[in-house]
Amino acid sequence: MNKIKKWLLSISPSLIAILSGVFAGFIIMLISNPANAFSGLIVILKGGWNSGMKGVGQVLYFATPIILTGLSVGFAFKTGMFNIGASGQLVVGALASIYVGINWTFLPGHLHWIVAMLMGTLAGMVWGMLVGLLKAYRNVNEVISAIMLNYIGMYGVNYLIKSSNSMYDILRNQTANVAASAAIPKAGLDNIFYNLIGKFKDVSSVNAGIIIAVVVAIIIHILLNRTTFGYELKACGHNRYASQYAGVNENRAIILSMAIAGALSGMAGALMFLAPPSGMHIHVQEVLAPQGFNGIAVALLGLSHPIGIIFAALFIAHITVGGGYLQSLRYMREIIDIIIGLIIYFSAFSLLMRNIVLRATRKRKQYAGEEEAGV
Amino acid sequence: MGEYIIEMLNITKDFPGIRANDNISLQLKKGEIHALLGENGAGKSTLMSILFGLYKPDAGRILKNGKEVNINDPNDANRLGIGMVHQHFKLVHNFTVLENIILGVETTERGVLKMGAARDKVVELSERYGLKVEPDLLISDITVGMQQRVEILKMLYRDNEILIFDEPTAVLTPQEIEELMLVMRGMADEGKSILFITHKLEEIKKVADRCTVLRKGKMVATVPVATTTVEEMAEMMVGRKMRFTIDKDEVSLGKPVLSVDNLCVKGAHEKNAVNNVSFDVHEGEIVCIVGIDGNGQSELAYAIAGLMDVASGSIKFMGEDISRATVRTRNDLGLAHIPEDRYKYGLVLDFDLQQNLALKNYYAPELQNRGFINYPAVREQADMLIEKFDIRSAQGADTMARSMSGGNQQKAIIAREINADPKLLIAVQPTRGLDVGAMMYIHEQLLQQRKEGKAILLISLELDEVFQLSDRILVIYEGNIVAQLAAKDATPQLLGLYMAGSKGESA
Ligand SMILES: Nc1ncnc2c1ncn2[C@@H]1O[C@H](COP(=O)(O)OP(=O)(O)OP(=O)(O)O)[C@@H](O)[C@H]1O
Ligand SMILES: [Mg+2]
Repeated sequence: MNKIKKWLLSISPSLIAILSGVFAGFIIMLISNPANAFSGLIVILKGGWNSGMKGVGQVLYFATPIILTGLSVGFAFKTGMFNIGASGQLVVGALASIYVGINWTFLPGHLHWIVAMLMGTLAGMVWGMLVGLLKAYRNVNEVISAIMLNYIGMYGVNYLIKSSNSMYDILRNQTANVAASAAIPKAGLDNIFYNLIGKFKDVSSVNAGIIIAVVVAIIIHILLNRTTFGYELKACGHNRYASQYAGVNENRAIILSMAIAGALSGMAGALMFLAPPSGMHIHVQEVLAPQGFNGIAVALLGLSHPIGIIFAALFIAHITVGGGYLQSLRYMREIIDIIIGLIIYFSAFSLLMRNIVLRATRKRKQYAGEEEAGV
Repeated sequence: MGEYIIEMLNITKDFPGIRANDNISLQLKKGEIHALLGENGAGKSTLMSILFGLYKPDAGRILKNGKEVNINDPNDANRLGIGMVHQHFKLVHNFTVLENIILGVETTERGVLKMGAARDKVVELSERYGLKVEPDLLISDITVGMQQRVEILKMLYRDNEILIFDEPTAVLTPQEIEELMLVMRGMADEGKSILFITHKLEEIKKVADRCTVLRKGKMVATVPVATTTVEEMAEMMVGRKMRFTIDKDEVSLGKPVLSVDNLCVKGAHEKNAVNNVSFDVHEGEIVCIVGIDGNGQSELAYAIAGLMDVASGSIKFMGEDISRATVRTRNDLGLAHIPEDRYKYGLVLDFDLQQNLALKNYYAPELQNRGFINYPAVREQADMLIEKFDIRSAQGADTMARSMSGGNQQKAIIAREINADPKLLIAVQPTRGLDVGAMMYIHEQLLQQRKEGKAILLISLELDEVFQLSDRILVIYEGNIVAQLAAKDATPQLLGLYMAGSKGESA
C-alpha cells in the first residue's frame, strides 16, 4: 500500500508535465483550427488506437528507437553527464549497421541481422566513447564535444553514403536497401498488429526491435541498481569527490558510461534502419536525427529511470502517431509537427522547470546549514 | 511590550518517519543569549530553521513582541529582524567580503551600486562589534573564522535584532571561539537577542544566560545557566547520568605503520602547503597534529589519503611506498580516513544511509558477488553499524543521507571508517558536531582501536580532544612541523606558543 503511494508520488510530476504539455498543444489547435480543435485533441490522445491494431503496432515501432536514445540520455545523466550527442551516435550506428546489412551477405540466416545490429551498436559506442575520452583526459565539456560530434557524424555519414557504390541509392538520394536477411525479424508481431482490409492483411511495421529495446532497458536497470559498476557510476554522478574518496576510478567511469550511452544510441540507429525495403532509409540531407533529441525528452519524462523511460517513449510515440491522423481533420502537416513538438517539449520542459524550482527550494532548505552539498 | 521578543509556542514538525519537533515552546528574552542544547538529531536545527522560515511547522505559533507572525521564507524572517548564521556558510566565493555582505540589499542610485555608503556602514559595524574583516578580499582567500565574521556582519548590516547561530564554534579554533564569545556578549549587551546552538557545554556556561534543552524532539526544560552545572545540563540532555572521563590504557608501541619522509605538498599559492614534513605513526599509537586552521594540516591529511598530489618526499605504509598509489590501493592496504569535509568527500548525500555505509567496501567479497551487489548484506551491515554507533535517523538504513542531522551524518562516516578495520586511521576533526555523549563514545572507540594495535593520525583543533587521546603531539605551523612533544609534556600554553609560531624548534 505504502509502496503504491510512493510510486504514484514519484511518477506524478511526469503525469502533471504531460497534462500541461497536452494543454499547450490544445491551445495551438484552438488557434490554428478552432472548429476541429476538440475532435483533434481526441484524435491525438487516441494515438495508435485511431486505426486499430496496426496503429498500436506503429506506436511500438516508433517507440523503439526513442526508448534506446532515452536510455542513452538517461544513463549518462545518472552518471552525471548530459549526453546531447545521441543524434550523432545514432546516425553513425545506423550507417555501420546498414553497411553490414548490405555488404556482409555471406553471414548466414539470423546471424546477419544480429551482427549488423551489433556493429551499429559498436559504432555508436565508439562515437560516445570519444566524448568520454575527451572529457576524462582533456577535460572537454561533454556537451560541446557531443554537439560537434553530432555534426561530424551527420556530414561524415552523408559523405560516406554518397561515395559508396553499394550503399547509395542515387535516385532516391538515400541509402540502398539492406539484404532481406539483415532486416530485424518480425518475431510473430505481424500476427498481432495488423488490420484486415477484406482479405488483405495490412501489417504494422513493428518488429522484434521493440522486444530488444525493452530487454535492454531492463538490463540497464539491473546494471544501474544491482551491480558494483552501477553503484560507482551513480556515486560519480552524485558526488565525484566522494567517489574519488571511495577509490572509484573516475576517468574509467566517465569513459565507460559515455561508451554505454553511445552504444544505446547506436543500437537505436541499427534497429531503425535494419528494415525491409518498404522501411526506413537514411536520407542524405543536412538534418540531425530527431530521435536523438527526442531521447532527451524521453529521459526527462521518464525521470531517467529505465522502466520510466519505456513508458515515456511509448507516450511520445503514441502522441506522434496520433498526430499523424490529424491530417484527416485538415490540419496542415507543419501545424501538426508544431503541435506534437509542443506537447513533447512542453512536457519535458515543464518537468525540467519543476526540477529547477525543486532544486532551488532545496537549496533554500540547505540554507538551514545542515544539508549543504559540496558543490 | 512583554518580556519576550520571540516566542515559539507548541511547535510541532513532522518529517517522514519522525517527529523532529514535538510540542516545543521556546521563549527568547530581549538582550539575552539563549543556548539550545540537545543530542544529535534532537531537533535543534529543525526548530531554528522554522524560526528562519525554511520549514513550516505542522502546528504551533510564533510571536514577535507578543504579536503572532507568519514566517514563510527567509525574506519574511529578515523583515522581522531575524538572521541566521549557518553551520556551513553560504558565501559567494568569488565575491569580495563587502559584496557578500551587501548582497541582496544593495542600495543603488540610478542603477549604479552605491558602494561608498555600504562600505562606511560595514566598517562602522565591524569596529563597533570587534569583527575584524578585510572588505576587499575575496571570500576564497580568507580564513573560516573571517568567513564567519562576514556572516555575522551580514546579519548586522541588515539590522537583524534576533540572531541565530547554528553550531558556530564547530569550525573555529580555540582563539576564534574566544573572540566569538566576546562578540556575542557585546551584541547581547547592545540589545540583540541571540539563539545559540552548541554541543560544548563550557561555551554555554561561559556566554549564555539561559539554556533550553531538547531530547528526541521534545522539550525537557529551560534553565538559567548560572545556577545549573554542566553535569546537570548534560544529564537533562541525555536523560541519564553521564560519565565524563574515559580511561586510557598503556599500550606498547609496535612497528611503524605510517612513515612520512620529507613530504612536500603544493599549496594554492607559491608556498608549499606542507613543507618537508617527516614523522612516523606506530601501531598502538595516536599521533596528533595540532595547529591553527590553515597551516597545512588539511593538505597533509589529503596527501596521505591520496586525494592530493605529493610534490616531493615519500609516504610509506607498512614499509611500502604509497606516495603515488591510487586511493583504492591505499584503502585496500588498510588506510581509513575520516575526512575534514564530510559533505565534499565523506558522503554521497543523495544515496541512502546503507549505501553510504558501503562506500568503502561495496566491492569487497562480503558485499559483492560477480559484480552484483548483495543488497541484503549491505542492509545487514548498515543495521549493525546503526545499532553499534547509535546513528539516529528517521528511516534507518533507508534514510537519505541528505535528510540526516549533521551529527548523525558524522557518526555514519566514523562508523564506516572504523568498520573497515584499518591499520591506519586518519581522523580529521572526528568529533566535529557531535554531542557530548557521542563524542565520548567515539573517543572510546578510537582508544579501543589503539588498544587493538591500530595506528591513528588525529588532526584536531580541539585541545581537550588532543590531550584526551594523543600519545604524541606534533605542532604544524605554516606547513612545517615546529615541535614534537610527548602528550604528557605538553600544556595548552606551550602548544599555543608553538601554534602561533612564536616559539620554534627544529624537530
Ligand atoms: N529535511 C529533512 N527531511 C527528513 N528528515 C529530516 C530533515 N531534516 C531533519 N530531519 C530529521 O529530523 C531530526 C532532527 O534533525 P535536526 O537536524 O533538527 O537535528 P539536530 O538537533 O540539529 O542534530 P545535530 O546536533 O546532529 O545537528 C533528525 O532525526 C533528522 O533525521
Ligand atoms: Mg543540527
